[in-house]
Amino acid sequence: MERTSLHNDSLLYASLIAILLLISYWFTTRCFKIISGIEDSVEDEFELSTVCHRPEGLEQLQEQTKFTRKELQVLYRGFKNECPSGIVNEENFKQIYSQFFPQGDSSTYATFLFNAFDTDHDGSVSFEDFVSGLSTILRGTIDDRLNWAFNLYDLNKDGCITKEEMLDIMKSIYDMMGKYTYPAMREEAPREHVENFFQKMDRNKDGVVTIEEFLESCQKDENIMRSMQLFDSVI
Amino acid sequence: MAAGVAAWLPFARAAAIGWMPVANCPMPLAPTEKNKRQDELIILNVSGRRFQTWRTTLERYPDTLLGSTEKEFFFNEDTKEYFFDRDPEVFRCILNFYRTGKLHYPRYECISAYDEELAFYGILPEIIGDCCYEEYKDRKRENAERLMDDNDSENNQEGSMPSLSFRQTMWRAFENPHTSTLALVFYYVTGFFIAVSVITNVVETVPCGTVPGSKELPCGERYAVAFFCLDTACVMIFTVEYLLRLFAAPSRYRFIRSVMSIIDVVAIMPYYIGLVMTNNEDVSGAFVTLRVFRVFRIFKFSRHSQGLRILGYTLKSCASELGFLLFSLTMAIIIFATVMFYAEKGSSASKFTSIPASFWYTIVTMTTLGYGDMVPKTIAGKIFGSICSLSGVLVIALPVPVIVSNFSRIYHQNQRADKRRAQKKARLARIRVAKTGSSNAYLHSKRNGLLNEALELPGSTEEEQHMTKGTSLIESQHHHLLHCLEKTTNHEFIDEQLFEQNCLEGSMQNYPSSRSPSLASARGLGTSCCSRRHKKSTHLPNSSVPATRLRSMQELSTIHIQCSEQPSLSASRSSLNMKADDGLRPNCKGAQITTAIISIPTPPALTPEAESRPGPGSPATNAPGAAASVVKVSAL
Repeated sequence: MERTSLHNDSLLYASLIAILLLISYWFTTRCFKIISGIEDSVEDEFELSTVCHRPEGLEQLQEQTKFTRKELQVLYRGFKNECPSGIVNEENFKQIYSQFFPQGDSSTYATFLFNAFDTDHDGSVSFEDFVSGLSTILRGTIDDRLNWAFNLYDLNKDGCITKEEMLDIMKSIYDMMGKYTYPAMREEAPREHVENFFQKMDRNKDGVVTIEEFLESCQKDENIMRSMQLFDSVI
Repeated sequence: MAAGVAAWLPFARAAAIGWMPVANCPMPLAPTEKNKRQDELIILNVSGRRFQTWRTTLERYPDTLLGSTEKEFFFNEDTKEYFFDRDPEVFRCILNFYRTGKLHYPRYECISAYDEELAFYGILPEIIGDCCYEEYKDRKRENAERLMDDNDSENNQEGSMPSLSFRQTMWRAFENPHTSTLALVFYYVTGFFIAVSVITNVVETVPCGTVPGSKELPCGERYAVAFFCLDTACVMIFTVEYLLRLFAAPSRYRFIRSVMSIIDVVAIMPYYIGLVMTNNEDVSGAFVTLRVFRVFRIFKFSRHSQGLRILGYTLKSCASELGFLLFSLTMAIIIFATVMFYAEKGSSASKFTSIPASFWYTIVTMTTLGYGDMVPKTIAGKIFGSICSLSGVLVIALPVPVIVSNFSRIYHQNQRADKRRAQKKARLARIRVAKTGSSNAYLHSKRNGLLNEALELPGSTEEEQHMTKGTSLIESQHHHLLHCLEKTTNHEFIDEQLFEQNCLEGSMQNYPSSRSPSLASARGLGTSCCSRRHKKSTHLPNSSVPATRLRSMQELSTIHIQCSEQPSLSASRSSLNMKADDGLRPNCKGAQITTAIISIPTPPALTPEAESRPGPGSPATNAPGAAASVVKVSAL
């Protein structure tokens, strides 16, 4: 009886040894995989995007825009300083713009601006986009400027400004003021402003402002005309 | 505003085109460049090394030496360059600050030399970028400590000490025994008594020889009185020491919560509990166990030994690694104990009666102790026993170097994390300060700017230059941009305190009729540049309050730019007719100063017919904490 039990026992224990060995083998291979796995993931992270964009030559930009050579140089130096890769993406754009408005939240307005500057809608603003936008605003005729502003307001680029689009724009402008204003910012302030705007601009009272209505109303408004002339002296 | 983006200011100003068509008021005039200079390269000669940069680069930071007119003092007429007799290496970093907006601290520089250079060029060290700020602060602290140590040792030798309060001297004496001889004496006395107490605890239990007629007694029972006296003396000393420390501690609450004080309390409590409870027989059993806590007195030595403290701290910080070691050991013990139990089940008279009983064998084997009180007899048991001892070596030996290396890493990391956490608050505070700084700069210049605009028109250039010496062109352009935003939204920027003040006042005053109105001679004055849009009557109860308060809070010294022409103001309610409002707006371009504004008498709720209300005058600043009563403004 001793022998048979021993015989049975030894089988059992042999299997136990085998299991132990298997476990230790699996453990070591697992560790190995973990180590090599880490290396893999580390290497994956090294695929940095080193996209560098170079603008067209100075002469071409001079032809396309209305800036002088010196002005283009100054603009490019500033542009490249903030964005060494040559293009601005939306995040960068928002961050740069927010530095001018320490008290409020300018991110929404910056998004709208970004979409207006990014004429080819590729998600980034290159120096050409930047400088062509600036050329329209700073060196264009009043009609050009008004057109550009209309383009900014028309969020879905369908040729007319609805009340919702205007409300978004207005809210983003009011957001830039921040919390600490005098008088205290009320919820209805943007909406009222939009009503105001539509009363002024919407000639046929159809709830949308088309480009013709916009141009017409702005040209009739002295203040707007005068403010548009402010841009002559920016650069 | 971070001057690094100063180059993007034209873009930001161009982006304001989005505000123009929606604004209801005309925009303020743009600042013009008074002496418009072409951007030129200027040469900075620092001890012979020539640096060149654009003038506008330097002007980004107008409150530093290089950005202001202070550098003119260093202009060398003969060579047409600016000469600075300073270190060119450090100047490289400083010039890079102007170029990139980030100030870096080079590691090879001496910290005090760097500080001196920064002070010379008028740059605050707080602007150092985050990449180098930690290093800078560390070096600065080290330097300060070194200097302080030098000073301290000098002071100790001289024997002159600044006069501290008695409590503070006591605390210092406790913390650092080397400050005075009394402290040293106290230190040694307490150390001696701790040693005495520990030794008595130990010797108490030694058998001390027989008393005739009874069995062997431990010394504690034989010389009970002597030991009791010794114990009492030690406990008295410890109590006095604890009370003195409690008295001298700068923060008593924190002291009570500290580890050392808890050890002190635990060390002396058993004695007092024993005094109280000597009569009760049942509790004396528990009292005996309490006496075990007397051994905690040995931990009081950690005040006397720096090494013990460091050890305690390292164990605390390595807790997770130690926990892992414990966990893996436990796993291995359970596995092997189970295996050994089943392996030895068959053999007769086996000591492995249960799995928990096998735990003892496994622990002794894995730690390679091998007492030999439990030994496997079967072959399988011996095989597994040898595997157990081999794996024991591995399981224990592997985590230990990891713990050791982790310890140094964790120790430094903890210190760095604490530093970073402390610096994060400082960093956020700096960012907030910079933000409020720029918005405060705007508010400040608004107040000054009005006076400038007022005085500018008569055209005296000296006065205006005197007024605008604080603001550079870039700043004035930035402020103009913010001013345009205010005009577009018909709200003004104010600072936090003022805002909270207004909120408080608004909640307190529900009805504005409590104010004593003064009659407006504003009837004939015409509107200011931006007359307030009057709310529709349904909104009036709410909105009239701020309106009135604004009007009644007008500052004595603010001057409104009045328009020369008087538009024909009809009695039409401008709230209903925006077109008429537009027409009301006068041509402010040819503004002259005619008269000052006086505050408005009544809120729109009460006098709907009031025409030509002088607007709340958005260009006016809010009087910081102006009185709630109506003020009269003196005319020019």
